[in-house]
Amino acid sequence: MTDATANTADELIIDKGRPSLLGFTVPLTAAMGGLFGFLTGNTVDQGLIGFVLGLIYGGAAGFILMSFVANRTAGRWALIILTAALGFYLGKWGGAAGGAIVGAVVSWWAYWIGRGDYRDGVPTYATPGQTLWHVTYLFICGFVFFFLIAPILTIIPLSFNSENFFTFTPEMLGLSPEGYSLKHYEDFFTNSNWQSAMWNSLKIAPMATLLAVGFGTLAAIGLSQPHVPFRRAIMAVLISPMIVPLIISAAGMYFFYSRVNLQGTYLGVVLAHAALGIPFVIITVTATLVGFDRSLTRAAANLGADPVTTFLRIQMPLILPGVISGGLFAFITSFDEVVVVLFVGSAQQKTLPWQMFIGLREQISPTILAVATILVTLSIALLATIEILRRRSERMRGLSPQ
Amino acid sequence: MKLKTILMGTAIAGVGSIASAQEMTNDMTLVSWGGAYQDSQQKAYAEPYMEMNPDVSISWDESSPEAVAKLRAMNEAGNVTWDLVDVVAADAIRLCDEGLAMEIDPNEILAEGDDGSSAEDDFGDLLVSDCFIPQIVYSTTAAYRADLLPEGAPAPESICAFFDTDTYPGQRALEQRPINNMEWALLCDGVAKEDIYDVLETEEGQDRAFAKLDTIKDDIVWWSAAAEPPQLLADGEIVMGSSYNGRWFSAIEEQGQPFEMLWDAQVFDLDGWIIPAGLPDDRLNRVLDFVEYATDTQRLADQAAYISYGPARASSAPLVGDHAELGIPMGPHMPTAPANSENVFVYNYTWWADYRDDLDSKFQAWLAQ
Repeated sequence: MTDATANTADELIIDKGRPSLLGFTVPLTAAMGGLFGFLTGNTVDQGLIGFVLGLIYGGAAGFILMSFVANRTAGRWALIILTAALGFYLGKWGGAAGGAIVGAVVSWWAYWIGRGDYRDGVPTYATPGQTLWHVTYLFICGFVFFFLIAPILTIIPLSFNSENFFTFTPEMLGLSPEGYSLKHYEDFFTNSNWQSAMWNSLKIAPMATLLAVGFGTLAAIGLSQPHVPFRRAIMAVLISPMIVPLIISAAGMYFFYSRVNLQGTYLGVVLAHAALGIPFVIITVTATLVGFDRSLTRAAANLGADPVTTFLRIQMPLILPGVISGGLFAFITSFDEVVVVLFVGSAQQKTLPWQMFIGLREQISPTILAVATILVTLSIALLATIEILRRRSERMRGLSPQ
Repeated sequence: MKLKTILMGTAIAGVGSIASAQEMTNDMTLVSWGGAYQDSQQKAYAEPYMEMNPDVSISWDESSPEAVAKLRAMNEAGNVTWDLVDVVAADAIRLCDEGLAMEIDPNEILAEGDDGSSAEDDFGDLLVSDCFIPQIVYSTTAAYRADLLPEGAPAPESICAFFDTDTYPGQRALEQRPINNMEWALLCDGVAKEDIYDVLETEEGQDRAFAKLDTIKDDIVWWSAAAEPPQLLADGEIVMGSSYNGRWFSAIEEQGQPFEMLWDAQVFDLDGWIIPAGLPDDRLNRVLDFVEYATDTQRLADQAAYISYGPARASSAPLVGDHAELGIPMGPHMPTAPANSENVFVYNYTWWADYRDDLDSKFQAWLAQ
């Protein structure tokens, strides 16, 4: 997409003016090189020397690429391979991997700056100030993504640590096989605490999801009928578990469930989680119902279908994507929930998040990271499913632009 | 099973024989601290007990850190789901004062020592509260990493190394609470060990302790979970830190981390069981049966094979053997071992019971400055 616009821009504006090589490109590539040099130097407590060497490296790379290597692909690969080789010389395979990343970033930066690509998103008449703001804006967006994703990505390699600490050991950084192991995954799959926690989660979440989907769908359909009195008030009450701070719901449920002997029981936890999941189902199903054409039910009735048949044969298939995505949200809510279960559950209902919470507090073991990695993978799979269903629903309702 | 209970009951006499005549539930919820410590309890007490009583099932709840608050809530909700709770001595005193823990008579419900001494004599001074059934002696002590010290710096031999940022530059980890830190600060400010609590009672003394802590405030990483300092030290984020001696033992001996112990001025503390007040009879009978078994001389000595905490019974000390997996003798790793306890600081529970609230708020205010 962006490549396409870049190409057309190239064709339309034959000469967009290369920025000054020595006055602009080389200082900026040198700065980027200096930044990486400083970071690399810091790992061996030689930040300043690293910075100076990085300046030279970045400046030279910028100058040579811009002056002699017109082919962008060739230039980028050349710098990646050269820097990786340099990294390998300094720090074996870990250094090579780091060098390749540095080479990729610096070469991209050099062409982006040197070829004037940074002006792509702004009109030709934009002032330098406007261009600078546009570029800054892009970088802010980039950093937002980086800070959102980096913590999640960090845990994945750490979960393969061969030590019992959350530490990137020298062996791991050197990419040597001894630094990595599957023992934390093995611990998860063999340790009875983790296993019983996982089975508890797997017993509680589907039941809670089933209840939430059933009640939530019925509530959404009922509340979408114009003749229901106090619709808004009822809606607000049903949505409230999502709005009220969890700790308050949890404390309230604790005292109430204790009185009616539900505290510390499987049923109690399932009901509490269903209550938390219902708002998600109501919201997604209500959203799907907005696009639901009511004349279809009237047409069905006209053809002799009773309301139940109409619901099952006409309405349900059309709102199914909303029901399923609401169900997935309800499932994840129950599966990730730790506050309510700490109050409402007892030790027999210890769920995965509870076990992780304990593990973090009492014993910082990378098994938590292994579990987290598994859960992240699972969440990504579920979110991807939701997205696919959403697209399908849009296609079915004819809202999709395609 | 019934026969076994009767046999046991007659063997120890007293409550046991009464218990055998009554109903016992088979489900028990024990509350502990999780981690290596709970594992040691599971292996030394729970597993052999369940082998003897195959019908019994035990669930563990890792809620000891918030045991006081949770027991209060359970009591208010009228639904106490715990049967036996592992707490530190200070919490036991609080729970006992509030009537949330059951008062016990050690000679009546606990087994005699193997050497024939009465339970009361065997536990001795460690019975710090009427509700408290001591299990272990642990200590809050320090460790450091020699490879992170500046070249030529002598190995730290005193707790005052924490306050010597010139010789030992770098971050140090201390627990985020006044207990221990105030005492150590005064100790390193030249107050004699026996005068510390007298000095700490006065406003000037407290200011003096805070002033001493001020000198290293920028270099302190505060921890709240005892698992944090070994993690920080393994990462090289800190050069020295305080934690429980069992955590250091586990990091050094079981995980092979290059840490060194600094036993100087280690602070002893106790950990043990309390029975929540007001349990129904059938649950109470089961708990009493378990507690009697789990705190006898052999069981307490067995626990020391899994974690380096000293057994609370005097009669257990000679039975402490080797680590169950590593096979190294556990004696030298106990906080009570002569080489480690050359300079021990005795933590004053009763003093802290009186001054805790006041100093906690002062400490928080000082932290926020």
